[in-house]
Order: sequence, then C-alpha cells, then structure tokens
Amino acid sequence: MAVAFKSPRRVLPGFGLSLGFTLLYLGLIVLLPLSATVVKTLGLTWGQFWHEATSLRVLASYRLSFGASVLAAGINTVFGLIVAWVLVRYPLPGKRIFDALVDLPFALPTAVAGIALTAVYAPHGWIGRWLAPLGIQAAFSRLGVLIALTFIGLPFVVRTLQPVLENLEPELEEAAASLGANRLRTLRRVILPELLPTLLTGFALAFARALGEYGSVVFISGNMPMRTEITPLLIITKLEQYDYAGATALAVVMLAVSFCVLLVINLLQKWSNWRNRI
Amino acid sequence: MAGAVISRLASSAPRAGATPRAVTDPAWLRYALLAVTVIFLGVFLVVPLAAVFTEALRRGPGAYFSAFASDETRAAIKLTLLTAAIAVPLNLVFGVAASWAIAKFQFWGKSLLTTLIDLPFAVSPVISGLVYVLLFGAQGWFGPWLDAHDIHLLFAVPGIVLATIFVTFPFVARELIPLMEAQGNDEELAALTLGAGGWQTFWRVTLPNIKWGLFYGVILCNARAMGEFGAVSVVSGHIRGETNTIPLQVEILYNEYNFVAAFAVASLLALLALATIVLKAIVERKAHEA
Amino acid sequence: MSVEVTGISKTFGAYAALEDVSLHAKSGRLTALLGPSGSGKTTLLRIIAGLDQADAGGRILFHGHDVTNVPAGQRKVGFVFQHYALFRHMTVFENIAFGLKVRRRRDRPSREEIAERVHKLLQLVQLDGFPNRYPAQLSGGQRQRVALARALAVEPEVLLLDEPFGALDAKVRKELRRWLRRLHDEVHLTTIFVTHDQEEALEIADEVVIMNQARVEQVGTPQEVYDHPATPFVYQFLGNVNVFREQSLALAGNGIYFRPGSLVAGGLVYVRPHDVEIVPHEPGADGIPAIVRHVHTAGPQARLTLEQVQTREPVDAEISRAELDQLGLQPNDLVLLRLRQTRSFRPDYAI
Repeated sequence: MAVAFKSPRRVLPGFGLSLGFTLLYLGLIVLLPLSATVVKTLGLTWGQFWHEATSLRVLASYRLSFGASVLAAGINTVFGLIVAWVLVRYPLPGKRIFDALVDLPFALPTAVAGIALTAVYAPHGWIGRWLAPLGIQAAFSRLGVLIALTFIGLPFVVRTLQPVLENLEPELEEAAASLGANRLRTLRRVILPELLPTLLTGFALAFARALGEYGSVVFISGNMPMRTEITPLLIITKLEQYDYAGATALAVVMLAVSFCVLLVINLLQKWSNWRNRI
Repeated sequence: MAGAVISRLASSAPRAGATPRAVTDPAWLRYALLAVTVIFLGVFLVVPLAAVFTEALRRGPGAYFSAFASDETRAAIKLTLLTAAIAVPLNLVFGVAASWAIAKFQFWGKSLLTTLIDLPFAVSPVISGLVYVLLFGAQGWFGPWLDAHDIHLLFAVPGIVLATIFVTFPFVARELIPLMEAQGNDEELAALTLGAGGWQTFWRVTLPNIKWGLFYGVILCNARAMGEFGAVSVVSGHIRGETNTIPLQVEILYNEYNFVAAFAVASLLALLALATIVLKAIVERKAHEA
Repeated sequence: MSVEVTGISKTFGAYAALEDVSLHAKSGRLTALLGPSGSGKTTLLRIIAGLDQADAGGRILFHGHDVTNVPAGQRKVGFVFQHYALFRHMTVFENIAFGLKVRRRRDRPSREEIAERVHKLLQLVQLDGFPNRYPAQLSGGQRQRVALARALAVEPEVLLLDEPFGALDAKVRKELRRWLRRLHDEVHLTTIFVTHDQEEALEIADEVVIMNQARVEQVGTPQEVYDHPATPFVYQFLGNVNVFREQSLALAGNGIYFRPGSLVAGGLVYVRPHDVEIVPHEPGADGIPAIVRHVHTAGPQARLTLEQVQTREPVDAEISRAELDQLGLQPNDLVLLRLRQTRSFRPDYAI
C-alpha cells in the first residue's frame, strides 16, 4: 500500500535542529540588537535625523573617516600588490616570517596597535624623530590617522591577492612573452587586468575595515574635534553625553554605508568568480 | 565578505613550481620590489611590534613585572579570560550548527543567511557596542524592564560578554562553511547507508574532517575576543577593577601617563597575537598536508 | 532479495530526471543500469538506496516489502560511490569496521568478532596487507575495493554500485569489472550497478536495463539487447551503426536481408558495420553501388569507409584482413554492398 509522502524529507539528519539553533542565535545576538538601532532611529523625525547626521562637527568627522579610509585602502592596494607579488613569486630569506607577520594587524588588539603606533610616530619616537626636523607631524594629526588605518587594512589586500596570484596560470605570461611582449607590457596588459577584480575586492575590504576602526586610531589621532576626530569616536562622545539621538543617527549613517560596501564586496566577488569560471 | 580574506584553508595549496617565475622579471624590478616590500612591512609591522616590547622594558624587568602586581590589572586579566571562555565556546557551537545547516542542505534563503552571519564584520566595533546600549540601556527597549528587576547587563560583565559574542560571532562559521561545502556530503551519506545515526555520523565522520577548520576558527575567535576594544569600551562603563578588560586597562594606564605599565600589559596581548599568528601558520600547513 | 520499483518519477525544479520508471532486479542477479549521462540511472540508483526521494506515487519494494519510506540506514543496502567516499581520517580497517561499530550495543559484535570479519573481507577483496593504510595511500582500484568491503561488512541484502569503475583508467577498469563478476559469482548478492560503458555492462551483467532521457528503453540479457535492439537509441548506443534510406534500398535488389515482415514501410534500415558484405561490382548484380574512400588496416579487422553512389552518403564497413586481401580493394574502387542482419525503424526516431 503506497504511503503518501510528507513534505520533502531530507536524507541527512539534523536540519531542523541546526537551522533552528542557527536562526535563534543569529536573531538574539545580531538581529535583535541591530533592529533596535534602526527602530530607535525611526523614533527621530526626518528633520531631527538630518540635523544630527549633518552638523558641522559630524561632517568634519565624515570627511576624515571616509577620506582617510579611502586613502589608506588605496595605499594598501598599491603596496599590498607589491608585497603579495614578492611573497608569492620571489625567493626571500625569512619569507615565511614576513608572510606570517602580515597577519599581525589582524591578530593584534587595536588598543595595543594604537599605543604602539603613537609611541613610534610621536616626536621622540623611532620614526617620529626623523620626521620632526622635516616639519612633518605624524602623531596627533591626520597623517597619524592615515598611518593607523593603513596598518589596520594591510592584511586585507595581501591575503586576498595571494591565493589568486598563486593560482595564476603561468601559461598566460608565457603566451604573452612568446608573442613578443616585454615583461613590463605583460605585467601591465595581461596580469593586472586578471587581478583587477581581486584588487578591487581587497580595496573594498580594507576600506570597510578602516571606516569603522576605533581602537588603533584614537590614540594617535589626538581626537581634536573638527580636525582629527573620527566618526566612531564622535559616537562614543555623544553617548557619554547621553545624546542617544545623535549617537544613533550617526550609527545608522555608518551602518548604511557599511551595508553598501558589503553589497559591493559581494558583487565584486561574484564578478570575480564569473571571470574565473572557465 | 566571504572567506577570501581570513581563511586560506579552503584554498588549494600553491601549485608546484610556482616560484621559478622570478627569473622572468628583470633584475632591477626584482630588487626594487623586494626593497619596497621589506621597507613597507618593516615600517608598518615590525617597528610597532618592537616598540611595544621596548617601551614595556624601558625601565627594566623589575618595572615590567610590577605592572602585573596591581589588583586592577589582575582583575582585568581575569575578566578577559572569563569573557573569552564564554564567548568562544558559544560561538563555536553556533559555528558548527550554522555550517551544518548551510553546507549540507539546500534551502531557500541560504545566501541571505550567510550574508547575515557576516554582518558583525561589516559593523564598526563602536556600533557593535552601541546596539547593546540601545537594547539594554536606560532608554533602551529592555532598559525599564531590567531596571525593574534589578538586573544589570550594561556596565557589567554580562554586557561585556554579549558585546564580545557579537563581535566574534562569525569567525568559526565562516571558516567551517566553505570547508564543509568543499568536502561534500558523500562521506556522511556513506555513513548513513552503513547504518550510522545522525550524531554518530557527525562525531565520527564529519568532525575529524573539519578539525583543522575548527581549530583555526577558534584561534581567530579567541584572539579577537581577548583583544576587542571598541565594542567593549562602549558597554563596559570603565569601572576599575570590575568591568575592565585587558585592552581597556591598557587605555586607562596610558591615559594616566603610566606608560611602562600600559605597554607591559599591552605586551601580553602582543604575545597573544604572536602566538595566534604562529598557530595560524601551523594549522594552515597541517590542513594542506591532510 | 529482489528489488522492484514501480512508477518512479523525480524532478529537480523544471528538470525531469526520471519519468515513470519501473524496474525489476531479480534476486541474486547482477543487473546493469546502462545509459548516457543524464539518462537518470544514478538518480534511480540513489532512490533505491534511499539517498534521494522520489516524487509522490512511486514505490520501492525489497522482496515484496514496501521500503519507500524506510530511511537509507535501515534498508540493508550496501552502496558504493563513484568516488569511493572512504572516510579519509580512518584506516582501511576502521573504514570497513565502521558499519559494525556504529550498531546499537545489543546488535554490535565483540571487538574480536569485528576484527575477524574485517580480516575476512580484506582477504575477499585481496587487500589483506593493508589494514593500517589510509585511503590517501591507496591507488584508485584499491580504494574501490575497500569501499566494496566496507559495504559488504554490514551484510546487506542488496548491493548498489554507482559507476564503480568510472574514476579508474582503462586497464584497471577491465580487471576490476571481471573481478567484480567473480566476486558476485561467489557471494550471490542481488547487485545493481550503474555505468555508461556499454562494453562493461554487456560483459558482466546478467541483465541490462538501458536508460535514456529519464526513461527505460529496453530490458534484457546482454545478448538480447545487442542482437535485438528495441529502439534506434539502443541500437546505436551499443555499437556502431549505418543507416540506409529508401533510395538506397531500391537499388539493392535482393542484396538486403530482412527478416520476413520486418521492413517498416517508409522506414530506415540499420546495419552494423560488420554485417556489411562487400562484393566486386558487376552490372545487374544485387547490391548497393558504392565507392571505396578509405581503407584502415591498422588493427585486427579492416575498416573501410565507402560512399554510396546514388545518395553520396557514407557507409562504414568491417571485414577481416583476409577478405580484404582477397578482394584487393583500393580507394576509388567501385563495389557492391550487401546487407546481412538488418533492423528497420520508423524514420521519426531520431538518433
């Protein structure tokens, strides 16, 4: 006697349990708090929101946070490409150590990075003392912010590029060489285009990371309002002054930007996979 | 932000014979790039790292070790260890559950779920703390209720633990998901046909296969849990001796101009970071050998 | 134990993998599911094993018992995967012992018994020197034998193999399939295996089930399906084929052999290359006029490519080297073709 089938029974067990727990945990830990933020913002009128999100001091912090993050991500893209190229392709004594060190900004707590960078770039610091006679003030300036954000984003480009470089087909370069292209031309016209999606992904990742960075920046920046105050710090300042509305408004702006960047990164990776689909 | 950045576990080992490419780059280019690399990495990585230890030992080993005698510092160390001891196992269990659901089954909304799991990575640490203030603070959703029941989550240990869980939430999951997807279902299905039950299959077949991914995820999760600064700073209230973790204690000492002590405590975290890097490299090597 | 499936359908979204398939694998026999990729044979095998579920309405019966809703672990099937699916972190011994170790306490044999059984199986599959090796240290053929031993360890009543030799190279494939047949003759377990290699199926199976595009095309012994193909698909899948149209036949006179009444009106005639007889051309004689285009003699038989004079369509013929020498054929010679053993099908069958 044929038994009627129930809804699709999955062959491997544990679907209900694992998905249920996953959704519960995700909901409680991530979605609930995030939605609280969004709902709180909805409590503001549009006018209030606009006022909070675009006051002069806030705008100055945007300029610094976004501007320095873009610049830092750009530096990391250029130098990260060089570092990745060298690590993958050139013999180098102590390469394994350098390679492992690339993870340092990722593993080192931001507060430690913050005080270390400040110590190094302060006027009497190891590097600061060379810059002071040149009139360059690294610590307690925007340059310091840039340095900290470059530090923090360093691994992102390098680590994104390394697997792609490792798997680059040598045949591409050999074909270009056999067709008469000299090395520089090959690099420029054959290899760089291949790496473009990955470079952009690395840039976006480093940018996203730098944007929200707090710990490593607040020590070296000096936190002067309108000059060296980054947005995350401004949020904390507002919180300490019980200006919840202001803090929330800023947080929502940052969240919105973060999600856009996340979206862009996902699209970039889809594009990259499509390019490599063969 | 899929696992492109952190995990090199799921990617294949480098092709054999990949290095000989060097001979095709002109020598001047090679030296130039090598120099740039060494200088760049030296300036940005080695110098700050060395500075931590140099500053910590500036007044000699005696001053260094006396930094840890302070009660506040010890309380901070204890709190950090406690936080990690709670956050890491919880996120481990979650990571395993999530990757089992995502990697072994097909269902609608799978990629949405994966993106949601990545959310804490996209959010600034300060905001990660802020969201809990908005949830549990005096003006938060649950604030009045908590007050009424005299439960203190914010500016107390539970808040710190929660914020830490939030920030380290995705680490284990995003290591395991690509790993389990790459490994496929065949071994588990084979175990089923041989009569194994669900838990037996998981313990005996799946778990040994993912052990390096698990270890890797735990290492990274732990490093972040112990080192988190921004999020914890928002929810902790900075109550000395009670709600300070090691990073917060470093900040306090630094702001008091007690530099040697600050760097001494920081050096603990720097050592942890170095240990993390070393373990990470070891696990990557083992995973590629397996 | 016999395996009977009726009315099995399976769709993945809009794609129909199986359409109303029925099958009866007799107890103790070695049955082959043969067909090209996409024919549905692996899907059917997995449904029989319980690794996939058919759409509503189908039934699976093991020796008369309805197991349609029984989970895979309780069907007492042994399944061998195409890529072995050995537990990579366990030794050969642990792999084979797995099914016995995971049994409930009261059903579980003692450690000594397990060890004894595993060693017997290792001997059966000729791997007794290898109990402590890991799968990564074995060759493809060895891994497959471990997979087989592992499936047999739990004493299944039905053995299912999914393209068991597909991932191996040609020589190993041949050796292993003959070994499988010998093993089957020893163990007499109802076995169903999936393959796309017609040589493999025809060589070792007791019964062949030919599948194409989600349906069963024909069922029969290897001899039956080869000599009496039911459809053009079966005909061309099992070997090379020439197709002749009506214009060619008109010229042939009595040069074509038909079983009485078998010529379908307006139909196409299918002939195997070795059933094409070549005779020197004589005006008025029976046969289809053709010109020799290529003669390939590297091999046990001589293979000729000819072109029909009337229709300019190519014909492949196989004759013995001795015959070739006797006829002394060269390119551009004019000959007559006579057809032995033909089948005829309606022209709306597409190849």
